[in-house]
Amino acid sequence: MTMPPQADPAARAWQILEAIPDPEIPVLSIVDLGIVRELHWDGRQLQVAITPTYSGCPAAELIHKQVEHALAAAGFDGALVSEVLSPAWTTDWISEEGREKLRQYGIAPPELGSGRRALFGSELAVHCPRCASQRTNCVSEFGSTPCKAQYRCLDCLEPFDYFKCL
Amino acid sequence: MAVCDQQDLFTYLLRLGDSGLVLGQRLSEWVGKAPMLEEEMALANMALDLVGQSRMLLSYAALVEGKGRTEDQLAMHRDVHEFTNPLLVEQPNGDFAHSMARQYFYASFAERLFDKLQHSADTQLAGIAAKAVKEFRYHARHAGLWMVRLGDGTEESRDRMIRAIQELWPYTGELFETDELDRRMLEAGIGVDLHVLRKSWREDLDRVLGEAGLPLPADDAWMHSGGRAGRHSEHLGHLLATMQFLPRAYPDAGW
Repeated sequence: MTMPPQADPAARAWQILEAIPDPEIPVLSIVDLGIVRELHWDGRQLQVAITPTYSGCPAAELIHKQVEHALAAAGFDGALVSEVLSPAWTTDWISEEGREKLRQYGIAPPELGSGRRALFGSELAVHCPRCASQRTNCVSEFGSTPCKAQYRCLDCLEPFDYFKCL
Repeated sequence: MAVCDQQDLFTYLLRLGDSGLVLGQRLSEWVGKAPMLEEEMALANMALDLVGQSRMLLSYAALVEGKGRTEDQLAMHRDVHEFTNPLLVEQPNGDFAHSMARQYFYASFAERLFDKLQHSADTQLAGIAAKAVKEFRYHARHAGLWMVRLGDGTEESRDRMIRAIQELWPYTGELFETDELDRRMLEAGIGVDLHVLRKSWREDLDRVLGEAGLPLPADDAWMHSGGRAGRHSEHLGHLLATMQFLPRAYPDAGW
């Protein structure tokens, strides 16, 4: 990636982070996922705050290292990467662009405001990412990664992952 | 608001962290032999959530203690009597009905506990709780659905679920025990009034058992106690032997 030499360092850092794929869903960048919470350039040092999706997400440590390495490689010496827990990550922070990328990848994106609905345990109409049918059912609330559930489309009969609401 | 003693906060965090760690280790024992693939993933995912929450709690506990210990040292280099989890979570997996009843009892409790802890005066604990409560909601719902499915299933599945509830019920009282430490933490605005949780925990249990057509256990049943004070059943030692073997045999081993 080539940058104009006098580009705003914070904007340049955002671009670097936008190029880091999520280790488990590489179609999304960590920025699409909404786990980069803050980025601050004080004129000398860059500070980045990231938040884990799930408490036990095995990718969290890898993401932390990838952020450090990518920033160091781009010349941000001694960038401070910290983890923030509060406010807790929610699927509502996945960008609109990220939702579209998920759909094209074959994963049904979480419905907006779904965290609240998950709270009350009401059933969601999850659209099949392939044929957009609403006639789908949940096979398991847990899937191949902590953030996904397994669904099945009753029209095109394909199984698919649903990015579960949190 | 009263000032909280650091030793109190350390012990309080340790209790929360130990409970998740031991239950997470128990659930991970299902990996490779769950009744079906979807359930295998569910059990592994729940174990991962629990261990992840415990890592945060134990890291913070180590920081509060200020003696240079790490989360790994707390998890891997303490012995049975130093663990402060309630007895329920160390009970063996038994059959699938046992594991689901245990999971429901604990997750439904933890969901309520961490919901309150989100508003703790300790902001780090509040942050950990805000993540954990969302995860426990899934665990409680998942395990609750299995209790209904098994209770309202075949004669065999129903018998097994009844047996699981009978055997595990005497371990549920300890979840709501309130000791001096709990009282001090409540006074400091950090902890939770466990008595308040019990009512809604019991209501949700009655709803699940009602749907499952299962008999309701008696509120005044005799209850086991002692886990939080380090008096454990013989099962915990075996669990720790498996969990702690590697870092004890190879103390320099790292990830």
